[in-house]
Formats: sequence, C-alpha cells, structure tokens
Amino acid sequence: MPHFAKPEDGSWTEHYPHLGTAPVSYEDSISPEHHELECKAIFGRTWLNVGRVEQLPRGGSYFTREIAAARTSVVVVRDTDGTVRAFHNICRHRGNKLVWQDYPGEEVDGTCRQFTCKYHGWRYGLDGGLNFVQQESEFFDLDKADYGLVSVQCEVWEGFIWVNLDPENETPLSDWLGEFGTGLAGYPFDQMTQVYKYRAVVGSNWKLFIDAFAEFYHAPVLHAKQAVADESRKLMSVGYEALAYQLEGPHGMVSSWGGMAPPKDLSMVKPIERVLRSGLFGPWDRPIEFELPPAVNPARKRAWGIDSFHFFPNFMLLIWAPNWYLTYHYWPTAYNSHIFEGTLYFVPPKNATERVRQELACVTFKEYSLQDGNTLEATQTMLESRAVSHFPLNDQEILLRHLHKTAGSYVEEYQKSQASGVLA
Amino acid sequence: MTTFPAEFADLEPFADWALASESERYAKRLGSSMDELQAFYDAAFPRLEGALAYLDALDLHALPDDARRLLWLCYSLVNASFPVEVWRQTRVPDSGAAAVELVVEPAV
Repeated sequence: MPHFAKPEDGSWTEHYPHLGTAPVSYEDSISPEHHELECKAIFGRTWLNVGRVEQLPRGGSYFTREIAAARTSVVVVRDTDGTVRAFHNICRHRGNKLVWQDYPGEEVDGTCRQFTCKYHGWRYGLDGGLNFVQQESEFFDLDKADYGLVSVQCEVWEGFIWVNLDPENETPLSDWLGEFGTGLAGYPFDQMTQVYKYRAVVGSNWKLFIDAFAEFYHAPVLHAKQAVADESRKLMSVGYEALAYQLEGPHGMVSSWGGMAPPKDLSMVKPIERVLRSGLFGPWDRPIEFELPPAVNPARKRAWGIDSFHFFPNFMLLIWAPNWYLTYHYWPTAYNSHIFEGTLYFVPPKNATERVRQELACVTFKEYSLQDGNTLEATQTMLESRAVSHFPLNDQEILLRHLHKTAGSYVEEYQKSQASGVLA
Repeated sequence: MTTFPAEFADLEPFADWALASESERYAKRLGSSMDELQAFYDAAFPRLEGALAYLDALDLHALPDDARRLLWLCYSLVNASFPVEVWRQTRVPDSGAAAVELVVEPAV
C-alpha cells in the first residue's frame, strides 16, 4: 500500500511509457569508447552550469573552469558594463593556456583589468579583444581584430552562469531549461550567498553519482548508521517513497518528504542536533520567509522536505524546506572517474548560533557524501567485472532510467549525425 | 594569555581544538582516539549553549581573537560529536578511503 498516490498509469515509470520497465544495461558506465562518445555528444553540445554570478562580484572579476569532458578550459568574466562572458582559455598566439597560476590544471579566480599571457605578453580585454602584441611589427600582416579570444556561448539564468561549447548551438538557455527553469524563477537564490563548497575525486563514472542522488531508495539503508538506532530502524521499515517525480525534456526532478526540520519526536535526533536545532536537512528555523515558486513542491504536500532537480547532463539543484539550497556538479575526467562538487548556499548568518547551525548541516552533508562516494567506487569496479550486464530499476529509480536513456539517445544522435556527415 | 574568554577558562585543556578550517578540525578528529574525543565532548558539549549565548552578544564579523577561537571550538565540537554520539569510531562507517575536501568556506 503506497503512502503517496502514484499516477493513474499505475506507476511513475509507466506514466512515461518511452522509458520502459525492463532491466537497464550499465555498459554506458564502463566503456572507455562510450565515454569518448558521451564527451563529444553531450559535454561538447549541451548547456553546462559553471557557477553563480556572486563569484563575479565586480567588473574584471573572473574564474576559470576546467572541463575535461570537452578537453577545454573556459574563463568566465564580468565586463565593466556588467555583462558576463565566457572564452576558451587559450592565447591566440601559440596556444598557451591564458589564465592560470602555478599549476595549469588548477582552477583560479580573481580580478583584473585585462588578461595577459604569461608566455609572450599578449593582452586581451575583458570583452576578449586582442589589445596588445609584443613586438607587433615582427609579425606578418597581423590584424589584431582577427585574433580576439574564442568566445563560448554564455547565458545567465536566476544568477546561474551556463556555457555551451557548441558554436553551432541554436537552443537558448531558457528553452533548454524548459518548464523547470520557468517554474523555479523567483526563488531567492540571490539572498543565499553564504557558500560552503565541497570537492571530491570519485572513482566512478559520472552517471553513477547522479544515480545515487537521483533516488532516495538507498537513504534508509546506506545511511542507517548516521541516525540514532530507533530512528534508523523506523526509517528502514517504512522504506522510501517520493511525493512526486516529473520529467521535462532531458531533465528530471523528485519531490520528497522530509520531516526532520524540525522533527516531530526530538528523541529521534542526535543530542547535538537537539541543542543546535539543525541537521542534514539544514537549520530548522527558517532565516527568511517567501512564497515558493510553482516548480517547487509541485504536489503541494504538507510533508514536503526537499526537491531535487537534475538538469541534464551534470547539474543538480536541491531546494530544501528550511529555505536553503544545494548544488551538485559531476565533471567527468575518464570513463571511471569524475570530480564531484557539492555546494551549500545559506542566507548569511546573523550571529554565531546561526553560523554553528550551518556548520552542523555542512559537516553532516560531508559525512553522507563520504559514504556515497565510497559506495560508488565499489559499484564501478563490480560493473567493470561484467559478471552482470542488466539491472532492474524500481519505480523510485525512474530518474536513473531517464538519465541513462537520455544520455544514450544523445550518443545515438551524435553517431547518426557523424555518419550522415561522412556520407555528405 | 588564555585561548578563550575568561568565562570559558575550563575549556583551556582543549585549546588545541580551536582550529580555523574544517579540514584541520576533521584531521584532528581522525587523529584522535575515541577516549580523547569523549573527553573533549564531555567537557565542551555542556558548555555549547553558554558559548553561543556569549558569542551571540558580539558582532559575528568583528569577533575578538579569544571569541573567534571559542567559535572554532564550537565547530570542532560539532565535528567530534558524530563519533561520540553515534558511530563509536572516528570515521563515518562504510567510507573507506573516500575523501571530500571543503574548498570554499566562510571567512568566519
């Protein structure tokens, strides 16, 4: 007997018939060749979130992003007129990486009036224009207007900065984000500027970590030892059911209950949580009040605790009931490894108590992530044994089915376009 | 000179927990025995509410050095509480060699 109503089709999965219900192949997570195709078909062609406007507080502020899956680095910069732009991070003279400090592979940020190449001193304006060439008269017919930085499509939605590395992309960001983008607009992301960012190198395919965060079926089991014993037993016996799932083009979301903020029964939480009134679900007392935009808690359930939006391919946005949010990025570095980033955003604390409550939420998040990350490496290695090829996904795992199907269809389309290109 | 404000002199034996960054606090937890964590917890936990009341009376962004160290101690208590209250081991169970680094954290 389900605790929460499912669609009339009988299940969330069958509500989207193209998904099917058959066991799913995970060959897409263990094949180096398939990974190369995904890099070109997905990461070279879709909108990718690279950060927030708060990372660019003033004209001349910039940061770099290493995008290994597209074999490039981009520099994102705010011009003096406020415009946010992105460029491939490469000097037009002889290909040196333009913006970096001691280690070329490390991301950097800062503020400058112009970008100067370390190698031969070529200088570029914040608009990407080439402004200065060392010993310009030594060159042959060099017109500086022809040698500006190579720009990357860049758009901002609700303060989130996105790039698209496909110069031929014709889909505006708003179309790409679809109804999730429209329905989330107005959420006060700009007031939640207290940032805690975690980073981990994870020995698994990027999709496996999205799998882990796209279902909460695992939560009462894998994380059982995080809770006090009675609460843990209760959570496991109840199991997990979401309030709602929605698919929107390549994206998907799960809306979940979560009664921990504050919990009904205080004996069910750890002493530190009782004293601080905070925990995994964030500080229990809301720092600001506002009306939720329509995409959040779509079922309008009182038990609502968290919504998790997955924007294909590698960005997740989690909105928590106590009014804070969390983002996940998964940056592939090989078929069996990726860089995971989890960033928590709170309203800045007014005093020490609020600050310590945030600390508790953050370090709790870290402990859960450690369990998740460790499990992923165990999954990756056994998938690679190929002892089993297909795996049954249940109805609470609909977003995983959707992710692997969507990623697969991007690869198929790419292969078709390459084949027809060769023929033409 | 004492590490913490005078009212919290009883916490002086745990001054080495007054660490500025999360990575230092986490490393100290992993490097401690359960007995050491228990001793720290037993001394600091009953003082947590008093410490926050003291700190809340001050401007969070202009804390005197001794108060800032008391705040760091509160962060450390949070970090050390998990093994003491639930796990009975310094690392979260089933996390093996996994590592997650905090790369951006607030100045205070």
